[in-house]
Amino acid sequence: MHIVIIGAGECGVRAALALREQGFEGSIDLVNGELHAPYERPPLSKPGDDGLIAKPVSGSEHLADKGITLHSGITATKIDRGTKQIVLSDGVVLPYDRLLLALGARPRRLAIDGQDVPNVHYLRHFEDAEIIHRSIESGKRVTIIGGGFIGLELAAVARQKGTVVTILEAAPRLLGRAVPAEIAAIIEARHRAKGVQVLCGTSITSIDAQGRILLGDGTQITSDAIIVGIGSLSNIDLALDSGLDIDNGIAVDGRLQTSDPSIYAAGDCCSFPHPLYGGRRIRIESWRAAQEQGDHAARAMLGSSDLYDAVPWFWSDQYDLTLQIAGMSGDAKKTVRRAIDDTALILFHLDQDGRLLAASGIGPGNAIARDIRIAEMLIAKRAHPEEGSLANPALKLKALLAA
Amino acid sequence: MAVWIKACAADDIDDEDVIRFDHDGRTFALYRKDDQFFATDGLCTHEKIHLADGLVMDYVIECPKHNGRFDFRTGAAKGAPVCIDLKTYPVKVEDGDLFIYLD
Ligand SMILES: Cc1cc2nc3c(=O)[nH]c(=O)nc-3n(C[C@H](O)[C@H](O)[C@H](O)COP(=O)(O)OP(=O)(O)OC[C@H]3O[C@@H](n4cnc5c(N)ncnc54)[C@H](O)[C@@H]3O)c2cc1C
Ligand code: FES
Repeated sequence: MHIVIIGAGECGVRAALALREQGFEGSIDLVNGELHAPYERPPLSKPGDDGLIAKPVSGSEHLADKGITLHSGITATKIDRGTKQIVLSDGVVLPYDRLLLALGARPRRLAIDGQDVPNVHYLRHFEDAEIIHRSIESGKRVTIIGGGFIGLELAAVARQKGTVVTILEAAPRLLGRAVPAEIAAIIEARHRAKGVQVLCGTSITSIDAQGRILLGDGTQITSDAIIVGIGSLSNIDLALDSGLDIDNGIAVDGRLQTSDPSIYAAGDCCSFPHPLYGGRRIRIESWRAAQEQGDHAARAMLGSSDLYDAVPWFWSDQYDLTLQIAGMSGDAKKTVRRAIDDTALILFHLDQDGRLLAASGIGPGNAIARDIRIAEMLIAKRAHPEEGSLANPALKLKALLAA
Repeated sequence: MAVWIKACAADDIDDEDVIRFDHDGRTFALYRKDDQFFATDGLCTHEKIHLADGLVMDYVIECPKHNGRFDFRTGAAKGAPVCIDLKTYPVKVEDGDLFIYLD
């Protein structure tokens, strides 16, 4: 049996390794559209103490040891579903019995004139990160368009390097619907305290050739670099061209199978029905979900009938603060606060019957990590935890797991 | 030369839990499970995050940052994103105190 995986990000690599862990002995071709060996994306917006490095998801040698053929710097240009073949940009044709699309996503681009001037940057790949981190240095002025995670993480890094930072956000507040208002306010306050200028409710009219931004109210902003982080779009082109169903990403069923039974999709590029949330179709962009879905797709391609039902989980680091969110709070009717201390806070989101749907936490270091992890397990169990225990930081949440 | 170092009172660690112990510029994680005690290096092998903020379930410590998992009896990394094992250290309990054997 031949398995081809297109996309060697977090998801595709994980899937390839999981196939071998499951004992699959056939051929595995992993098509890596990038020149770099597979690397992790989260550090691109928040490099550690060693600066910006391409932190490997898995080394090329390790992949080779596992008998996984990595095609780097080569993209898949066509899926021929009739003959079950993939055409690569170097002309090679790969036959497949099972195909996994792990194509990821790409930055949404500004829909205004001037988005292509040289000092406007978008972040997805290592090469983007190299340019961006060179442009954020002491004394320089950087304008960040979009107050989402990537923009805010870069703002924090830039401030720590002494860059003058302005954030322009179209909505009335930062971080949109994914993050509860109280937590978004804590993050915004931290950015302001660190000297970031945060302008919400702004509209951008144009960017001129010198990189000057003109706002709707007539204000002009000059900066040495402009970084745009206004969300992302799933990479669906290959799937669309070959006639697969698309619905806010490549549409897959609960096993991560597309509308073609030989083809699966996973990670940032796919949307799937989530059993924990009434079977609603969602698309998640999360590092851990990419791994878990890669793992799941590998097992599904080998015949497993399990449904993918992992609790969505996401984190972000800004300054010394870590935010973690487990679950989806969209249908929540009630919020219970757990103030761990003056600096760390968790909000539990419950439905009308008291079932725990999501938990969002913010705090220094890893102050909220353990409780969010336990909340995640409670969400997975569809638990109705006692609200008094959730609210009382003196009580260990772990006791609720046994209940 | 390796020596036994007194780390804490055994009862400073709750059952199925972990605490941090620092000694001589090094940092460790100490675990208790069903009145057995274990010690490992304190920092996760993925991104040097302290494991004492993590969650203990059975004989597994889960890193608070990206949920990498280790068996703290052997230090074995249990899969992505962690692939490098943790170093473990012998421990003993004497008169209610927990000692760790350090080189
Ligand atoms: C800057 C940044 C910071 C992030 N920080 C966090 C964080 O803190 N926490 C968190 O939970 N998540 C974070 N994420 C999200 C997380 O990184 C993604 O969810 C994850 O990378 C998705 O993995 P993936 O494999 O689905 O897609 P990707 O990692 O995007 O990989 C897809 C790969 O497929 C390749 N590809 C696409 N089309 C083709 C083709 N036709 N042929 C060959 N190759 C192709 C792409 O070039 C890419 O290499 C961050 C993302 C970014 C960009
Ligand atoms: S730092 Fe421990 S799993 Fe990443």
